[in-house]
Amino acid sequence: MKFGVVVFPGSNCDQDCFYVIKDVLKKPVRYIWHKDTDVDGLDCVILPGGFSYGDYLRTGAIARFSPVMKSIAGFARKGGTVIGICNGFQILLEAGLLPGVMLRNRYLHFVCKHVYVKTENNHTRFTSLYNTEQILKIPIAHNEGNYYIDAAGLKELRDNNQIVFRYCSATGEISDQFNPNGALDNIAGIMNKKGNVLGMMPHPERSSERELGSQDGYFIFRSILKWLKTQRTW
Amino acid sequence: MLKAEINITLKRTVADPQGLTIKHALESLGYKDLADVRMGKLVIIKLNFKDKKRAQQQINQMCKKLLANPIIEDYHFKIKEE
Repeated sequence: MKFGVVVFPGSNCDQDCFYVIKDVLKKPVRYIWHKDTDVDGLDCVILPGGFSYGDYLRTGAIARFSPVMKSIAGFARKGGTVIGICNGFQILLEAGLLPGVMLRNRYLHFVCKHVYVKTENNHTRFTSLYNTEQILKIPIAHNEGNYYIDAAGLKELRDNNQIVFRYCSATGEISDQFNPNGALDNIAGIMNKKGNVLGMMPHPERSSERELGSQDGYFIFRSILKWLKTQRTW
Repeated sequence: MLKAEINITLKRTVADPQGLTIKHALESLGYKDLADVRMGKLVIIKLNFKDKKRAQQQINQMCKKLLANPIIEDYHFKIKEE
């Protein structure tokens, strides 16, 4: 069960992800420099948060052309497990590995706080250890988390159960009031149709230990591990 | 030498929170007659050749590949001699 954490120039959550896999999950992990193209032997690739290429042009727009992204696209095509967190999610969108785009937050503020998200789909390799509609307390920290997709795209996401997390209240109420960034349909995380690529704005690596105020994100990594134990990804 | 000026704007159907905020600021300065404000980007590219047709093609490709995201953005450009 080997994990890889991609490092782009400007990534800043790479060490947190590495730490959670190595010291909390206690599984082997290595960094993948964005100029490397070798993802051989990996079972799960993590695209961490940060500000790759200074968020120039559009978030993730330049990182998607890093050499490593071609390998990751191939890895994903073969069914490999890929998770993009925050900036990693933005890169997956720009790369076309997930549908839709990110706009600037509705009120133009960088939002950094704990929010609540509801698990909309727990029949995935990323969320199987959560209960149906389990509410997670998990931090967000971003300026462009205002998810957008056209009406036909949204319908497709819904029809295929690709919406994995939605922003909600502490009691699970989903409304505009509990939408921190204006994201369409309160969307906080989606996966591809095949179910092997997840993108999410909240940071599970920042909520993987009780000392950090919440352990709710940890079970994403545990779910992935459980899934990997039952089958090879490629 | 050729110079391309590329304007990139959010599509009409996409909400533009920056434009809206600028509109509010202008209104608070007393400009009450504003129908809409949209914020965009300007990219200026200088090319090392003079063939305008080739420039058109290349700039168009650049916009599609990198400079604009076709899901949310429109682009248009002018190419001038310099």
